[in-house]
Amino acid sequence: MPDHSQDAIMADAVLSEHEDPSLLAGMLNNRAIFWGGGLLILFALIAAIGPFLTLDPTELNPIKRLKSPSAEAWFGSDFLGRDIFSRVIYGARVSLVVGIAVALISVGIGLILGLVAGYVRVLDAVIMRTMDGLMSIPAILLAIALISLSGATLGTVILAIVIPEVPRVVRLVRAVVLTVREEPYVEAAIAAGTRLPLILKRHILPNTIAPLIVQATYVCASAMLTESILGFLGAGIPPEIPSWGNIMSEGRTYFQISPWIIFFPGIGLALTVLAVNIVGDGLRDTLDPRIARKI
Amino acid sequence: MYLYILKRVLSTIPVVVIVVLFVFLMLRLAPGDPAAVIAGDYATAEDVERIREQLGLNDAIPVQMYRWIAQLGSGDLGTAIFSKLPVTTLIGQRLEPTLLLSLTTIVFTVLIAVPLGTLAAYKAGSWIDRFVMLFSVAGFSVPVFVLGYILIYVLAMQLQILPVQGYKSPFEHGFWVFLRHMVLPTMTLSVIYIALIARMTRASVQEILQEDYVRTARAKGQSEFKILMRHALRNAAVPIVTVIGLGIALMIGGVVVTESVYNIPGLGRLVLDAVLARDYPVIQGLILFFSFVYILINLLIDLSYTFFDPRIRY
Amino acid sequence: MNEISDTPVLEIKGLSVLLPDGADREFAIEEVSFSIGRSEIVCIVGESGSGKSVTAFTVMGLIPKKDLVPVAGEILLHGENLLGKSDRQMRRLRGKKMGMVFQEPMTALNPVIKVGDQIAEILEIHANMSASARKKRVIETMEDVSLPEPVKMYDSYPHQLSGGQRQRIMIAMALVLEPGLLIADEPTTALDVTTQAEVLELIRDIQARHGTGVMFITHDFGVVADIADRVVVMQNGKVVEQGTRDEILSAPSHPYTKMLIGSVPSLTPPNRPIPEVAETALEAKALNKTYGRVGLFENGRMVKAAQDVELILRRGETLGVVGESGSGKSTVARCMVRLIDPTSGDINVAGTNIAQMAESELRAYRQKIQIVFQDPYRSLNPRRTVGQSIVEGPMNFGLSGTEAQSRAENLMRIVGLAPEALTRFPHQFSGGQRQRICIARALAMEPRVLIADEAVSALDVSVQAQVLRLLQDVRERYDLAMLFITHDLRVAAQICDRIMVMQRGVVVEEGRTSEVYANPQHPYTRSLLNAAPGRETNFARYS
Repeated sequence: MPDHSQDAIMADAVLSEHEDPSLLAGMLNNRAIFWGGGLLILFALIAAIGPFLTLDPTELNPIKRLKSPSAEAWFGSDFLGRDIFSRVIYGARVSLVVGIAVALISVGIGLILGLVAGYVRVLDAVIMRTMDGLMSIPAILLAIALISLSGATLGTVILAIVIPEVPRVVRLVRAVVLTVREEPYVEAAIAAGTRLPLILKRHILPNTIAPLIVQATYVCASAMLTESILGFLGAGIPPEIPSWGNIMSEGRTYFQISPWIIFFPGIGLALTVLAVNIVGDGLRDTLDPRIARKI
Repeated sequence: MYLYILKRVLSTIPVVVIVVLFVFLMLRLAPGDPAAVIAGDYATAEDVERIREQLGLNDAIPVQMYRWIAQLGSGDLGTAIFSKLPVTTLIGQRLEPTLLLSLTTIVFTVLIAVPLGTLAAYKAGSWIDRFVMLFSVAGFSVPVFVLGYILIYVLAMQLQILPVQGYKSPFEHGFWVFLRHMVLPTMTLSVIYIALIARMTRASVQEILQEDYVRTARAKGQSEFKILMRHALRNAAVPIVTVIGLGIALMIGGVVVTESVYNIPGLGRLVLDAVLARDYPVIQGLILFFSFVYILINLLIDLSYTFFDPRIRY
Repeated sequence: MNEISDTPVLEIKGLSVLLPDGADREFAIEEVSFSIGRSEIVCIVGESGSGKSVTAFTVMGLIPKKDLVPVAGEILLHGENLLGKSDRQMRRLRGKKMGMVFQEPMTALNPVIKVGDQIAEILEIHANMSASARKKRVIETMEDVSLPEPVKMYDSYPHQLSGGQRQRIMIAMALVLEPGLLIADEPTTALDVTTQAEVLELIRDIQARHGTGVMFITHDFGVVADIADRVVVMQNGKVVEQGTRDEILSAPSHPYTKMLIGSVPSLTPPNRPIPEVAETALEAKALNKTYGRVGLFENGRMVKAAQDVELILRRGETLGVVGESGSGKSTVARCMVRLIDPTSGDINVAGTNIAQMAESELRAYRQKIQIVFQDPYRSLNPRRTVGQSIVEGPMNFGLSGTEAQSRAENLMRIVGLAPEALTRFPHQFSGGQRQRICIARALAMEPRVLIADEAVSALDVSVQAQVLRLLQDVRERYDLAMLFITHDLRVAAQICDRIMVMQRGVVVEEGRTSEVYANPQHPYTRSLLNAAPGRETNFARYS
């Protein structure tokens, strides 16, 4: 019997010796993830711990109304004398909770719908046309309508923001499924008799994880912005809960005298969303450069 | 090519159907009793019943559906609860400011974003590229209204070169007064749109500059600038135009906020007034209106591909 | 400028180009020297990674200077050193003094500009002519490259032309200003063999008429045999041998060259003993696969990828299915494995018709017929170890983890790889090694039929020879029936007992390989064999 091992060693390259640099190291090296992620962790910590260290954000103090930022009140006080700094810290919680909840839920729903659309041709047309329809309705209007119908609570706001975010995720997952299905290694698995659930789990799903993580960060950023806009318009979370949008909405009337009621939460929101977006870009570049084109 | 046009037009039909269906179902599938929610916290049982009657919620579903479709078919988008005016009339009253604001925004955006994105791709890796990317991320992160207030604070209150808010129609007050009042709203609304388009333009142009036919052009001795203008941009036209169309959805959302900040009496303010007044038919009618506009614009953009891409023409 | 002299058109002396940090070797090309004279065609041959493309791109100045830096040597075009020139100076030379034709005609032309205008662009850049004069010249050039109806074709777009026509446009573009040097980087690799023959003839013809010196890069020795005056052999960035065509092809001196030439399969099928008729392992009757529907929303265009195909494959033999692109050979293969569903017809595996079987019933039969695909870089899931990919199939059919593992280890040995490597990931193997792994994966199912769908087409010629030997051994060892799909007539000659020729979905001829090659009956078969490059040449043999 001819010795194929000799052939293999002689003409082919030697088996590659070097190890892959770990993915985690790659992520930490990426400046975007490092700084953006760091900033986010800082904010999250402040949001979590802050409430225990600040003044009561609902405490009314009419004597001290509309004071400019000072040593006593770092961000100043609002028209009811409430401390803005405390309110901003509490508001951070709401925004982060909404952002993360919307990201997780919409990615979950989108993943399932996308897998179904990619694999079941009959349902594909139905699902995609529905998604197209949803995408035709401007997200803010859709959210406003949904909230006005079901009353404004944290839950309904989250749901109302989730629904317009789902179509983009479905599109993404479906695109990945359609591409991976054509790959010869998936065909080889089919030829080897692997059943569909295993094919999904072993071959298709792992390819969706990276793009989904990236998309999740973008959804989180978008959700935080949408929540604040809803709050600002008075169509979002009820005013008893201090969300950044609510705070800014209340500050409208007093803008010309005390602009900081709008500016401080606004800057806080912008920085948080910026951090999330930067982390998203960084993840996109490290996890899979190929998807950088699709998103 | 004509087959393409036909296919594109026909393919909008299912989308329109879905939108109509969805809006129909929204009201009827919402948790709880929508009539009660709309009536508000202080409504009496009679108020709730009256609203339910007005919204036609007491009839059987198929009847409601039929009435709804017939209504839409005749161009009737519903009637406001409180003013009793047809929604279409209300839209007509408030259309002008929103339309003009949208137009100035689109023009401003395209004139800035496309050259910016192209330049960033052409000089990829340079400081201008990094600046554009940074600007684009930042533009995406600042909420529209915060930006609005910052601009008002700096340019209107401190520097006092532009009016704080308000809208002046060009037909009544002349073009320049109109423009003066439009500057801040346009800038506010454009930022997020510019961020999106600049980024996508950059991505498309950069991708095209890696294509084989660009390499062929270099092999012919063509200058980089002419390659950009003649080879790259012509191929980037389709993706750029596409994203301009898709971005309209973003812009419509921003219009609502911008009109609120600058006190512009347009369709965006109409939405907000309707929300405050809990005038659901108006909200519903506006959703339909904006969705149809969006679908129409994207259809026109799809059809414009025949102009840009000869592969569709022949 | 174009004085007739003995100065070579192109002279490369000691050229070295550095690779960026982290690459697997220091130089992309090292101390490369050769020359190209007027009216001379010099073929640069080598396998992947040999540096032949880098050489061509460095001469044209098309490589990004940041990535690949020339650090030594000279490139003399008509005596002038190109390495010292500025970007501006190089731009003036490109297209005018040297032209280039690339490998993929489909993507090398701008899809939204008329082809005539794309040729005219060169004249715009380098010549001072009016628009009408330019158009006239372009049409002349298009006639020169034998394009039909040049006036009409001027206004066409690339997607309206065939691959061969597009490549002619590329050649027209490269030669319109009659440069002294033409660089052709695998210009016919992406074309069908009949189109390839036409384009090669065109290049020879034009080159003779205009006196152009041609640098022709290829990996196909048949093409070298047909077209080269001299040959330069490269390996890992270095020139290992150069000489006249006959010297290199019939009497090479360097061991690497000898190995390469020895690996080129001969077009003459060896004498095979006619086997006794064995049992039928796989059979197709009236197999049809049609794409497209007549309807309002399809343009009513139906494509008959496979029409009434009859096929019998017996145990212990290799049946080749040969054809160009669009012939339907891959469609037939994929139908057999039920990766696509036939429109009508029977597929009999061990007596049972699986053509229309539902997936649940079908699964049992999948074990009997396995396939190896063309692209070794996409045939293995990059996130799973090679071992996991091999044991997946057997475990689907009830084998325990340990049993499957030992089977996998055994198979690795048989295909010539170390069993310890089962824990590695695909990207740690070369293309040829990956193909071996795919063969092991197919064998792990203990099939009766093995389908090789262009399984060696993406491999370098030396690796190809080894994998072919492996396939033959495996077939003998397990007494398999093998269906071998290929477009390469040489490979088919060497490995197939019987052969089926397909054209546009129809089987036009079949029979024993030696008979079909010696006496082709159908005109299409004849044109295929006539078009095979290097038909007349006897390559040096070393066994």
